[in-house]
Amino acid sequence: MLFTELLKMAGLSLVANKLRTILTMLGIIIGVSAVIAMVSVGMGVRKNVTDSISRLGSNLLMVMAGSANRGGVRGGAGSIQTLTYDDAKAIKAKIKDVAYVSPTAQTSSQVVYGHENWSTTVTGVIPEYVAIQSLTMQSGIFFSEHDVDVRNRVAVIGTTVATNLFGSVNPVGKKIRIGNAPYTVIGLIASKGQSSVGQDQDDVVLIPLTTAQERLLGITYVRSINVQVADADKMDEVQANIEKLLRQRHRIRADADDDFNVRNLTSLMETMTETTTMITLLLGSIAGISLVVGGIGIMNIMMVSVTERTREIGIRKAIGATYNSIMIQFLIESTMISILGGIVGIFLGIGLAQAISKFGGFTTVISSASIVASFGFSLLVGVFFGMLPARKAARLDPIDALRYE
Amino acid sequence: MANVVTITGVKKLYKMGSEIVAALNGVDLRIDEGEFVALMGPSGSGKSTLMNILGCLDRPTEGSYKLLGQEVSKLSDDELAAIRNKTIGFVFQNFNLLPKLTSLENVALPAVYAGFKTSTRLEMALDALKKVSLADRAEHLPSELSGGQRQRVAIARAIAMKPSIIMADEPTGNLDTKSTKEIMQIFRDLHAGGSTIILVTHEPDIAQAADRQILVRDGKIEKDIITAHSDEKIDVV
Repeated sequence: MLFTELLKMAGLSLVANKLRTILTMLGIIIGVSAVIAMVSVGMGVRKNVTDSISRLGSNLLMVMAGSANRGGVRGGAGSIQTLTYDDAKAIKAKIKDVAYVSPTAQTSSQVVYGHENWSTTVTGVIPEYVAIQSLTMQSGIFFSEHDVDVRNRVAVIGTTVATNLFGSVNPVGKKIRIGNAPYTVIGLIASKGQSSVGQDQDDVVLIPLTTAQERLLGITYVRSINVQVADADKMDEVQANIEKLLRQRHRIRADADDDFNVRNLTSLMETMTETTTMITLLLGSIAGISLVVGGIGIMNIMMVSVTERTREIGIRKAIGATYNSIMIQFLIESTMISILGGIVGIFLGIGLAQAISKFGGFTTVISSASIVASFGFSLLVGVFFGMLPARKAARLDPIDALRYE
Repeated sequence: MANVVTITGVKKLYKMGSEIVAALNGVDLRIDEGEFVALMGPSGSGKSTLMNILGCLDRPTEGSYKLLGQEVSKLSDDELAAIRNKTIGFVFQNFNLLPKLTSLENVALPAVYAGFKTSTRLEMALDALKKVSLADRAEHLPSELSGGQRQRVAIARAIAMKPSIIMADEPTGNLDTKSTKEIMQIFRDLHAGGSTIILVTHEPDIAQAADRQILVRDGKIEKDIITAHSDEKIDVV
């Protein structure tokens, strides 16, 4: 009952001093909107970085064949021949949260078309490779599951290979020779340019995995299996499951070493995410300072207001207002300023973030966390900086306050 | 006749630099229910200090103050606030109305702090305004009223909570003769209705309206005269 009245009184006095209220609120409005806009820029940078890393193949686990050890002579990585296409199928079938599995077998080979020849890497893959590497076709199609199943002699080539063998002629439908056997070119991959380590990603020839294994190389094993995990948070779990599954399938005794390695590409991602989170925090806290300054503005105005209204406070106390009721009345005023300022600030901040992305060319990501945090902080600022003036008001001696001119 | 105010040996001491000044220096006073008392004295006599203590705005340094049998000299600020809210009604020289509230809202304000609900509050306030014949000015702001009307609103606020004592500090000090007469008539009417009234004034004419005059000088009660005054006194006794 009393609280609603105090709320009404506080509201009335804010309305009575409209201009002052709005100017005081401005500090909070600017603070909250700055926090939201700045954090959205920071989050935008983070999104850009994450996106560009994931284009390299994010959430990627690479299962590599281990090194062979015959009589103390250790071969290089991939020298063991136990990792198979069936392992890849088993990973796909039995492990949760696996999005794509792409086993590869690779060799260097000369590729011939007519009078032209070109030495390049020929890689045996399955269609899921397209998804894992985010490939797009410039012309033609990628080979299908069926091509893999029946070991068709078909090839998909990169633009570097195409330029060297065909010049400006469309390679789709042409026959090339790889290791003396004819292959039909059925697709041309759109250029991906250089990789982050300077490798030409267009200098590739892709053929069905089974064709590569049985017709080109005469092997039964694969060199590596790339596994894309559906969710970045599940990386460790999936990695552990793959290790368990492969140890089982390869019948490795508990005390023996793995005959494979599982590598995780997320550590790079983690470093980048950490860095961009720091940037976001930095931007947010700089903006947060303006919120504190806004709070000091509230305190300043409330102090003036208490002095101005000393007489009113005296009257209220003389007719029975307690310490708490005066305190709460003034606290409500400062809190109202910060709440209203916070709400306006949220909308202004969202608008600012959108304007930055539209006219500034930045990617901005508006996060609900930054909205909740900045609003909560402004509320806290209102209560905190309102406390001192409210206490000052509530502590006034009624006799002195009544005498105040 | 029930005893409303009993103060014994009340002293109020102030420290002025290294000197201790006694604004009140041992005051004994008893006021019974239904009395109309005028507190008189020159400025600096201590009558305002006595008034503040009687009104529970201030506490004595020494001595005892029993209000309706309750010892109030040692109560906390908030307990005193509750007494000012319910037991005492104040009328000030400069009205002390809140300028942004209407007459009705001003009169209803003590009931706000008492925690009454809105409908009860407004009803009480309107009743009080009727008693000072200002029900037709309920929605006016103080700035739209004359001095006399403002003081009547202030009296309505003082009586809205039906307090045991009405305290008036120079209530006619800022008013012209006509308004003064009106206001004093209201006090007489309230007195006739059985209210206990303590009036602080330095004007002998005003004090004439009371049926007991107490003269304060140098922090002590110098004279305490029951004036065989008017017919209201007969009503009370």
